[in-house]
Amino acid sequence: MTAATSRRPRRQTAAGVRGLFRDQPVIPLLGLLAILVVVIEVVDPGIVSIDWAGVIIKGSVPLAILAGCQTIAMLTGGIDLSVGAVASMTGFVTATMIHSPGGEVQGIVIALVAASLAGFVSGVGVGVFRVHPLIMTLGMNFVVLGLANVWQLQNVQTGAGVPANLRTLGSGAFVEVLPYSLVVFVPVMALILVGLKRTGYGRLLYAIGDNPVAARLSGARSWQVLIVLYVISGLLAGIAGLILSGYANTASVSLADSSVLPSIAAAVIGGTSIMGGRGGYAGSIVGAVILTVLAALLTILGLPEPTRQIVFGSIIVVMAAAYTRVTAES
Amino acid sequence: MTPNPPDQLLLATGISKTYGAVVALRNASLGVRPGEVHALLGANGAGKSTLVKILTGAVHPDGGTIAVRGRERTVHSPAEARRGGLVSVYQEPSLIPDLDIRANLRITNTPVESFRHWVSELGLPDLDLTSLARRLPLASLRVIDLARALANEPDVLMLDEMTAALPANLTERVLEVVGRRKGGDSSVIFISHRMIEIAELCDRATVLREGETVGVVDVTAGSDKRIVDLMLGPMAAEIPAAAERPAAAPRPADAQPRLSARGVSDGRRLHEVSFDLHPGEVLGVVALEGQGQDELFDILAGSSRPATGSLVVDGTPVAFRHPADAIQAGVVYVPADRAEALMMQRSVRENIALPFVAGVRHWAMLNMGAERKTVDEAVATLQIDARAGNEVRRLSGGNQQKVTIARWVATGVRTLLCFDPTRGIDIRTKQQIYVLLRELAQGGAAVLLYTSELKEVQLVCDRAIVIFGGRIVAQVAGADADEPSLLRAAYNLAPDEVIPELAVAFANPDGAPGSADTAAAGADPDGPGGGAPRAGDAPTGEQSEDPA
Ligand SMILES: Nc1ncnc2c1ncn2[C@@H]1O[C@H](COP(=O)(O)OP(=O)(O)O)[C@@H](O)[C@H]1O
Ligand SMILES: [Mg+2]
Repeated sequence: MTAATSRRPRRQTAAGVRGLFRDQPVIPLLGLLAILVVVIEVVDPGIVSIDWAGVIIKGSVPLAILAGCQTIAMLTGGIDLSVGAVASMTGFVTATMIHSPGGEVQGIVIALVAASLAGFVSGVGVGVFRVHPLIMTLGMNFVVLGLANVWQLQNVQTGAGVPANLRTLGSGAFVEVLPYSLVVFVPVMALILVGLKRTGYGRLLYAIGDNPVAARLSGARSWQVLIVLYVISGLLAGIAGLILSGYANTASVSLADSSVLPSIAAAVIGGTSIMGGRGGYAGSIVGAVILTVLAALLTILGLPEPTRQIVFGSIIVVMAAAYTRVTAES
Repeated sequence: MTPNPPDQLLLATGISKTYGAVVALRNASLGVRPGEVHALLGANGAGKSTLVKILTGAVHPDGGTIAVRGRERTVHSPAEARRGGLVSVYQEPSLIPDLDIRANLRITNTPVESFRHWVSELGLPDLDLTSLARRLPLASLRVIDLARALANEPDVLMLDEMTAALPANLTERVLEVVGRRKGGDSSVIFISHRMIEIAELCDRATVLREGETVGVVDVTAGSDKRIVDLMLGPMAAEIPAAAERPAAAPRPADAQPRLSARGVSDGRRLHEVSFDLHPGEVLGVVALEGQGQDELFDILAGSSRPATGSLVVDGTPVAFRHPADAIQAGVVYVPADRAEALMMQRSVRENIALPFVAGVRHWAMLNMGAERKTVDEAVATLQIDARAGNEVRRLSGGNQQKVTIARWVATGVRTLLCFDPTRGIDIRTKQQIYVLLRELAQGGAAVLLYTSELKEVQLVCDRAIVIFGGRIVAQVAGADADEPSLLRAAYNLAPDEVIPELAVAFANPDGAPGSADTAAAGADPDGPGGGAPRAGDAPTGEQSEDPA
């Protein structure tokens, strides 16, 4: 116990770092990002440049939007596993409708309405029928995937493909540097950030995740909050899907499947607790960029896919454990 | 059994602990002699729980020394402390909710037979070891925690507000079992806010104030006042002796009640309850544990619907389907359990402002300036110490309780339902809450107050209704509501009947508690109820739950 006295300065520094992680996770995360960039520059000298940054941002945007879906769902103690099928579906439906009378606009509108509808059904399941979000959205994922397959059979059109405008949006850039997708992403980001911090609705997302009983006793009807939440999540996933299909210049019913787990990982890395009530979107955005840079690094290192997955998985576990430690009581 | 027993079985000196900016303990010391029951006293936030957690290794101190039987020790974990004979029943139940009792026992290597012995000693002989912890009522969980601790045969047993959540009959069992340990070679550290328990049970008391040990007192007949003075420190002078209560203004005969219940039943526990709650009054509800008061408050607050009967608010019949409906009608609810009312990871501000944003109409942009102003006013009115306000879980219990009330007071309250708002909080905060409730009533609010501390009725209430077996059995004017008569009413005894033994302990603070064997025959109001007619056995929640 006497030894404890002499250790005090170190304890306090440690407490400071923990406090920083807990209250402002973005700052240490940006540090981590900087370290990764340095590592990548060391591994492949000369690679880091303005153009490279543009490429990274371009790749991060769809993931960051999907991470937004997970962030808002996780704040309530939920999760949205249907983002994969929903995002794939919007890109795919738009591509198949390129030659319809309304053109790609009609396709985009129909696709986004369908995405919101999927979210609505999930929201009703979670909010009204109290199905666990994991189960509900996993089921919805398969339903949307199935419907997209049916659509594929009914609407085979020759010459279907990603509309040129979406290609530009997803992969073009102002003066070859600043990606066009930021035109969509910046407003989306602003809406989520402000929505979470400065609106009554945002407060309720945190409230329901922290203590649903308290929220109820204070007069909040959680089913309303949850339905709106999953509609927003569906819509965001739909938008991400459009950008993703433009970025990849493909449209398939499984295009976004591989983004689902990274979107959850980005939110977890960003400091949003999967138990609800704690976190924010800024961290998730940085988390998405970190994952994108990390993927680039692993590609440069030429690591085989299984190794990359092991690295990815380990990082998620380590980060989740770290957050649990710093946010734990005492 | 050391050949030369040291004076102190446990000695902690100079213990300090800070949480960020909050100093929980600055220079706390505590010495416990073998064979004594030692009270650890202090206002909410004084650091009692933190000290106990440090002694049992659940929290690591920043500095200080701990010695057991004269030998210095560093305790790294509760498990290690347990092996060294230091066992605590923490303030919060520590059973794992999703495991059954047997599995919970296995985690702490507790011998089952000995556990069984202690649970039945403590008044729960029929406990089913295969039931999940989360299915059991809070009072049982506390008793199980204690039995588990006893079964580990501790040298020093620490009880952190063990009795706060217990009904009277279980409290009495606990006091008796703990009292029997006196004079042996093990000791007990006993934390409670109830002076009467301290007087009955403890040999000496250590008083903490703001993290510092400010005195050690021999508990004798007259030590109460000295203890309270130590606890409160220089601030004692500021506290009003009791809430000011002017003579109630006569109510016009045709005055409309704010809230009326007409023949309300829940179909199980509550039968045909009718009463009127008027603006400007504090109406007390008195009942032993589990007499239907929980169900009554749930119905009034819109959490559940009555099976029969109706509610009228301001002359309009209402049918609440959700707490939001009740809030809409101006009926707001402060639940007993702070963990139910608060978002523990969110700030004081968000917690107070929660009702402001609950309705769809308020989902849009917040007016942060106006909100801050309202919240700051409420924080000032209730004198909330919000220094650790980033997360409500870091506040002391008293301050947490104030936050749950501030939420409703912030925007002006019409009808306030309070369920045992002073449970487990210190005297000073209690006083503040009494004053606040009186002020609210004076300002025209109607307050319905359930309290398990009978003396509060006389302090705060204009009148009180007594519920027994789900029915209102008596109405008492505030002035006449002394503890003995309330207790008689609560047990549904005729005025000349003998009060059960624990009642004596309550009604007569200086008297020694009667022993269980001398329990008055016929004390059991429902007639022979299975076992011996021990006081309080029949009307507890434990047994009336059977029909479920
Ligand atoms: N985990 C924690 N983090 C921050 N502050 C804490 C924590 N636990 C206790 N405190 C603070 O330490 C002080 C003492 O708390 P506690 O030991 O619970 O007091 P008591 O049990 O006497 O009411 C309080 O001001 C409380 O807010
Ligand atoms: Mg405490």
